Amino acid sequence: MIAFLIKRLFHALLVMFIISVIAFAIQDNLGDPIQQMVGQSVPESEREILREQLGLNDPFLIQYLRFAGNALQLDFGYSYIFNQPTTEVILRHLPATLELVFSTTLLIVLLSVPIGVYSAIRPRAWLSRFFMGVSIIGISIPVFLTAIMLIQLFAIGVSWSPFPADTGWGAWLNDLITTEGGMPAYGRGDPVPVFGTWATNFASLEGLTYLVLPTVSLASIMLPLFIRLIRAEMLEVLQSEYVKFARAKGISLRRIYFLHALKNTMLPVITMGGVQIGTLVAYTILTETVFQWPGMGLMFLNAIQRSDVPLIITYLMIVGLIFVITNTLVDLIYGLVNPTVKLTGKPA
Amino acid sequence: MTTTTTPQVASRWSRFRSSYLLYSFKRDLVAQLSLVVFIALVAVAVLAPWLAPMNPYDLAQIDIMSSELPPFWIEGSDPAYPVGTDAQGRDMLSTILYGARVSLIIGFGAVALQAILGVSFGLLAGYLGGRVDAFLMRLADIQLSFSTLMVAIVVGALVKAIFGGATFSAYAVPLLVLIIGLAEWPQYARTVRASVLAERHKEYVDAARVMGFTSRRIMFRHILPNTLSPIFVISTVQVANAIIAEAALSFLGLGMPETQPSLGSLIKSGFDYLQSGSWWITLIPGLVLVVLVLVINLLGDWLRDVLNPRLYKG
Amino acid sequence: MPLLDVNHLDVRFALRRGDVQALRDVSFSLERGERLGIVGESGAGKSVAAFSLLNLIAKPGYIAGGSIHFDGQDLTQMSDRALRHVRGHRMSMIFQDPMMTLNPVLSIGEQMVECLKAHRRISSREARAIALRKLEHVQIPSPSARLDQYPHELSGGMRQRVIIAIALLLDPDIIIADEPTTALDVTIQAEIMALLLELCEQHNVGLILITHDLGVVSQVTQRMLVMYAGRVIEQGPTREIINDPQHPYTQGLINALPQMATPGSRLNQIPGSMPSLDNLPTGCAFHPRCGFIDRADGTTRRACIDEVPGFVTSGNCRVACHMVAEMLERERIPAEEIR
Repeated sequence: MIAFLIKRLFHALLVMFIISVIAFAIQDNLGDPIQQMVGQSVPESEREILREQLGLNDPFLIQYLRFAGNALQLDFGYSYIFNQPTTEVILRHLPATLELVFSTTLLIVLLSVPIGVYSAIRPRAWLSRFFMGVSIIGISIPVFLTAIMLIQLFAIGVSWSPFPADTGWGAWLNDLITTEGGMPAYGRGDPVPVFGTWATNFASLEGLTYLVLPTVSLASIMLPLFIRLIRAEMLEVLQSEYVKFARAKGISLRRIYFLHALKNTMLPVITMGGVQIGTLVAYTILTETVFQWPGMGLMFLNAIQRSDVPLIITYLMIVGLIFVITNTLVDLIYGLVNPTVKLTGKPA
Repeated sequence: MTTTTTPQVASRWSRFRSSYLLYSFKRDLVAQLSLVVFIALVAVAVLAPWLAPMNPYDLAQIDIMSSELPPFWIEGSDPAYPVGTDAQGRDMLSTILYGARVSLIIGFGAVALQAILGVSFGLLAGYLGGRVDAFLMRLADIQLSFSTLMVAIVVGALVKAIFGGATFSAYAVPLLVLIIGLAEWPQYARTVRASVLAERHKEYVDAARVMGFTSRRIMFRHILPNTLSPIFVISTVQVANAIIAEAALSFLGLGMPETQPSLGSLIKSGFDYLQSGSWWITLIPGLVLVVLVLVINLLGDWLRDVLNPRLYKG
Repeated sequence: MPLLDVNHLDVRFALRRGDVQALRDVSFSLERGERLGIVGESGAGKSVAAFSLLNLIAKPGYIAGGSIHFDGQDLTQMSDRALRHVRGHRMSMIFQDPMMTLNPVLSIGEQMVECLKAHRRISSREARAIALRKLEHVQIPSPSARLDQYPHELSGGMRQRVIIAIALLLDPDIIIADEPTTALDVTIQAEIMALLLELCEQHNVGLILITHDLGVVSQVTQRMLVMYAGRVIEQGPTREIINDPQHPYTQGLINALPQMATPGSRLNQIPGSMPSLDNLPTGCAFHPRCGFIDRADGTTRRACIDEVPGFVTSGNCRVACHMVAEMLERERIPAEEIR
């Protein structure tokens, strides 16, 4: 266990080092901080003095070490847009993103396992075929397009009567494709403050309604992926000798499906989950952009559009840190579920 | 040597084609439909300059007076613009045809680049092993753990920041091919490496080595042909992924400019008019994008079921 | 009435291009405590027979006809619930590859206790006590430590011992062992086989041993069946069949044993290979490989090619072969003439 943690820590440090070098290289090459600080009117001689004072003429290595030292104290300088320390800006935007990611993960976990398991147990049932059909459509719709369609359907509403309204079936079909709209689809409303910069959408019914559309959009692409993965793995496991042996032992099917098969199915799914955390973060950028959800993704995009280099770098470092932490957690969970991993190295 | 191997490959190919692939294709209605739709979409996209009623790149043809016209089945439409016009008064049908063309060019271009990079790295890693293998696979691991889309977004943002918006727009197509190609090579590399590791110790490779062939020859002549079916299957999925990635980048403003729109940038530019009721500007290109990606995914699914190659999991 | 009575069992696999018949008209019986061997090449339908005895054939396979009477009840007509009560409780099974048979993510103890609890209302502690006792029976070193270990921590031979212990957990009437030693090292094979034999004798458990190893069959079993292409072609007391095989195929199998060949010469292989089940030859499925067909007279040869042979009784054995039938017929007529 301790050996495992030390090994992971070493790996994490390596990854963070690589990210910090990239981040520093970005800072070094993009955006002249003097330009940002003083503007055009200041003469070149004064700029040179300032540059010397800020240590911008020091060798690359010295500058990097200074950068790394500050980074360790979570000091990445000031954001140009907000004129505040970047870490403060990030901390203010973090809760919105975390809440969105949390509710999405919850939705994925709660739905993908039962649906995936069901369609593996009954591969020929019409419901399974329906799930598989919907999931391949889900995978094929980019997340921002799902978001746009959800906005059209549930925020703006559809009033369209292409069928003859004077006939019964026509009216019924027209009703079927008509939606009310009215769901909130812009920002996160008035989240209830918890402490510090943290305000939550989970504390009120109104807050939750703001979460619905972004969560569904974000889940729309990951959920089918996991359903398909769980189904495929489960189908394979159900063919295995140990499942046949369990049946020959006279154990109930429920126990075979939900203990023998599911536990083995979850191993590759957990690994996949670790890989997909990165994708989830990428998709938060898109989802937050569509819904103007005031999280880190939207903030990052604004920072890019306005060349707020310190903020971009802080985002990259913080997101890198989140990746490293969650990947370690995922490996830890994998090790706990899989007895063949001694938490000292790779699975046998 | 060439003369003896080529007929062999050809006969293997024709045997392969005459046997199971074609047989199951004839039985699979979904695959047939998907292929027909895919070919049709590619054809109209390629022929866009001849098919499209107007050239959306040509500012002289645009009439701002006819902006935001709805498609033909809605009142207030203009028969000259069957699926309506966008906010700048461009004919939607033409912009979509041209947009699909841009999306497909970038999709296929990026996949070609990924395949070249990924297959070379995968072959190297699998065949040479040791430090090269460890380094390349660690790199692939890290890149994958950050997710390819995330890498593409970050690289896209940096490239745009370095070159500046105007230069980026001018060279958007090759730059996007480069960005998406660089972001997604690990998929190929891992699969090819896994196949190489599986093939490497088979007798025919040993035999080739005993006969004194060079490593490069063994890799390209003997091992690569055996990794073709997983590469083929991945490529279909990757084309779909690349098209989605390009659309995502364009939607974020890191891709094709509105003056030379792809399907993604059409969706982006239309999104601002969604609230004003002009849903068609964003949803019709969206529908085309979805159909394009869906048929590619369906073909990929079918291919995977038929060829059933050893794919790298996770 | 025998403990297990299989009559005219037909098993088919429903494939897209039509049904493939994996077992045809298989009949045999087993008395309490009796040991029966089922012998044949791979593809003969031995494993299908084993799985269908527990009504456990995986889709697209299904039992198309016949009956399996166990202790008076027909397993082919039983509800799933009732079947589950038989599986692992009154009839248990040992699989071929111990490396694949145990669930890798569950401890040995869990996999034993769940089986006990599925069939008996007992506490976990009692179940563990029984499991421990069974592990002692199969002579595993430090059995109490094994309960909390996982399969990957045990060697193949150890795992097969655990599987035998699981098979014995509920003191079943019959154990079906499907090639229980093929996947093991040669040195361990004999050990495991001896253990299985000893335990069966000790507890008066019936054994159905499926194998391609005639040596093992002759040492362990009292009666045997020889299968070819989904059919039983010869059955009877093991010793009689081994000493005096009637069917040309059985003769071929025995002649192919290494100890039957003169040292330094080639092994006496049966020419050709087993036909695939979806493309069986007409008549006797063995006729294309049969070495005797050329020596048979015209009518018999035609029968071999056109008619599926029925069983004839020869001594204590039953044989499905036209030539054996014709030979018996010839022997009978002169005997009558003499009288």
